[in-house]
Amino acid sequence: MKDLNVLIEECKKYAFDLNFTRAKDWKEEKEGRVLVGYMPIYFPREIIHAAGAMPVGIFGGGDEKQIIKGDAYYQSYICHIPRSIMEIALDKHMDHIDGFIFPSICDVIRNLSGIFKQQKIGKFVKYMDFPQNFLPEIGGVFYQQEMQHVLKYIKELNGVEVTTEALNHSIDLYNKNRKMIEEIYDIRQDYPWRMSIEDVYTIVRAGTVVPVEEHNEILEQVCTHIKEDIGTPQDKIKVVISGAFCEQPSLGLIRAVEEAGCYVIDDDYMLGSRMILGDIDATTDNPLEAIAISYINQSQYSSSIYDVDNPKEYRLAKIVENRGADGVVFAAASFCDPSLLDAPIFQNAFDKLGIRYISFQYSENINQFKVIKEQVGTFSDSIKLWEDEPVIV
Amino acid sequence: MSKEAQKEKSMILQKEMIDGLFNDLANAKELGKKVCYTFIPGNLSELIQTFDMLPVYPEINALQSAMRKKSASYIKEAEKNAHSEDVCTYVKCDVGMMMRGNIGPTGLKIPEPDVLLLSYTGCFTFLKWFETLKREYPNAEVVMVHTPYQENAEMTPEMIEYMVKQFKKEVIPKLEKVTGIKYDEEKLKGHLRLAAKAEDLITEIFDTTKHKPSPIDAYFAGVYYIGPINIGFRGTQKAVDYYEELLKEIHIRIEKGQGPITPEGEMKEEKYRLVVEGPPNWTSFREFWKIFYDMGAVIVASSYTKVGGVYDYGWRHNPDKPLESLAEYCMNCYTNLNIPQRIDLLKKCITEYDADGYITNSIKSCNSFSAGQLGMMREIEDSLGIPVGFIESDLVDPRYFSYSNIKNRLESFFQMLEQRKKMEKETEAV
Repeated sequence: MKDLNVLIEECKKYAFDLNFTRAKDWKEEKEGRVLVGYMPIYFPREIIHAAGAMPVGIFGGGDEKQIIKGDAYYQSYICHIPRSIMEIALDKHMDHIDGFIFPSICDVIRNLSGIFKQQKIGKFVKYMDFPQNFLPEIGGVFYQQEMQHVLKYIKELNGVEVTTEALNHSIDLYNKNRKMIEEIYDIRQDYPWRMSIEDVYTIVRAGTVVPVEEHNEILEQVCTHIKEDIGTPQDKIKVVISGAFCEQPSLGLIRAVEEAGCYVIDDDYMLGSRMILGDIDATTDNPLEAIAISYINQSQYSSSIYDVDNPKEYRLAKIVENRGADGVVFAAASFCDPSLLDAPIFQNAFDKLGIRYISFQYSENINQFKVIKEQVGTFSDSIKLWEDEPVIV
Repeated sequence: MSKEAQKEKSMILQKEMIDGLFNDLANAKELGKKVCYTFIPGNLSELIQTFDMLPVYPEINALQSAMRKKSASYIKEAEKNAHSEDVCTYVKCDVGMMMRGNIGPTGLKIPEPDVLLLSYTGCFTFLKWFETLKREYPNAEVVMVHTPYQENAEMTPEMIEYMVKQFKKEVIPKLEKVTGIKYDEEKLKGHLRLAAKAEDLITEIFDTTKHKPSPIDAYFAGVYYIGPINIGFRGTQKAVDYYEELLKEIHIRIEKGQGPITPEGEMKEEKYRLVVEGPPNWTSFREFWKIFYDMGAVIVASSYTKVGGVYDYGWRHNPDKPLESLAEYCMNCYTNLNIPQRIDLLKKCITEYDADGYITNSIKSCNSFSAGQLGMMREIEDSLGIPVGFIESDLVDPRYFSYSNIKNRLESFFQMLEQRKKMEKETEAV
């Protein structure tokens, strides 16, 4: 078993590599291999894996990529992630990625798929229209058809006809992956000092750019390490981060929130890797249907899923309660419509429910956190020093 | 700006139609009518009429509030209530108006919805908007119709089937439940027949810009022309009558060789023919328009007039396939087209209407339009060799309309057009 710090360093190397070197190496190991890039929030990676290809998460350029060309495509009042993705694409960092999937998150990512088509980036570009109808016989069927389109594109590149066995095997691997990620969060709920949120984030994000088999090995070792009584508890409040599901905050900002006095015991940073709650049935004769049903019945709440029968504010409140959090930090990327349009819904409900919160906006490339740190620190102090009432949902 | 705007018969007809709708809305209870909130892109007018409901369009309320200079205070109200400065100002204007008692543009109260019919087409914010409305109106029935995006520039049988299944299994049963009216397909077909007629007429109207001078402005006047077809009258005889009258008036102008009518009378000289991409600014609509007509610029086509339906390629509602036709209609609205489709449509307009230039009015708070506009503009410039211009404003937030900035940019653009025309003339002479 590798040392925890070695594992973290390894993950750091993968997670923020804008050349996607591990994926490139995987592709070169065997002729005919295919890489499929996907944007936030969620995509059922199982089907790419089952088709003999490798899914590659594309989460923008963060604070490591200077934007020059991307700004020529996007006005100042559009969030940062599409311009950094364009920059990465135009600088040929993704030339080895064969196809690109744009899940339905918002108008910006949707239209970015059109720009990729127009610029002829990649061998295929697929806007993945997730159903907003949640009846299995309607939305579920449509979702299966959408997945079939992706499989058709991959087959055109590698000739692989996906089998039930292959799909069930892939589902099983990703079930294990999600289970171990949840285990890390469950351990941190009680012992957040055993691993910082910065390291958790790095480890989870690495899983989007390395083969799932390798990531499962890493997770297994990480889980073993943090079951041990390591680290030193500090006097910090516990918070849940919400709203940062697409454009990712820089690692420095993720770190800053904890440094300012808040253990982050749950978050939606890498929501896609944790979107399905619990296992997907890996034993059926129709695995695509199983994936579709899991999306309909077992998805985490999301700003991109119409929530009218299952209000998100109560779902987040439940997470706060279950995790024993002291409050919520709403962190939204600037100009992020889904996240910012949800803010009044959450905040109005939390005012009534008595759940404490603060909110701030960020951009993936900001690396000055003083103001945010002060804000978070004050929030933490106000709870630590003057309040001791438990959260009642 | 002090001059009284000229009014033609079609304008009076339209005013009567809209006033009538708002009067009916104010008296919905007395009339025994159910009220349906819905949106323009993908609006299911014919189905709403089949169930004898009255439509309310929140984005129309927002733009009307802006034209009446009320949007700034509504937006502030919403921002005081946790709505971000960064998001769609239609939403904030609507929310602010609700918080102030939901008094509509004609000064009459808009009733609460019995149904929130979200035919979610081409704009993700609509979905979020209705999530907000649902929390304001917990007793309203929510009907969600997911319109698949034309990501591959096509409407496939499976996309149509997906929508038809939603109509049959969810939309129609819920509307039957709320209204107590049984679904009558023959009635729907009748409305679809009338819809197709109105669609033929409006296509013919926007096609008259092929004339020189163009008898109409397809953007600034165009937004008035699309009123009846978009706000609940498509599928009625009233809409057909209105468009017949309007077309008659336009034909008279063509015969007389007249240009478009502006708020200050007929435009005397057509110097530049433009195609515009993006919605207009509503808070300073007249000032915005004036910059153009003062310079002799007429808009011969605009993408914004296609948000409620793209009829340019001959698509029409079809009474022989009623539900399939509704599905296709929703998928065929402008913002539900992918970026290459939008580019093709704009290029077609530029070519067919012989435009001299292309302008993007980029709207700060409308990502459905704005995200991708710069790439579209570059592609159009490169492939057609046409001068392009870029200005920025907002839908209903006056804080983002900078008159002098816009005027400066447009003046430079018109100078460029002038110079180009001069050079073309010189080349022809040689």
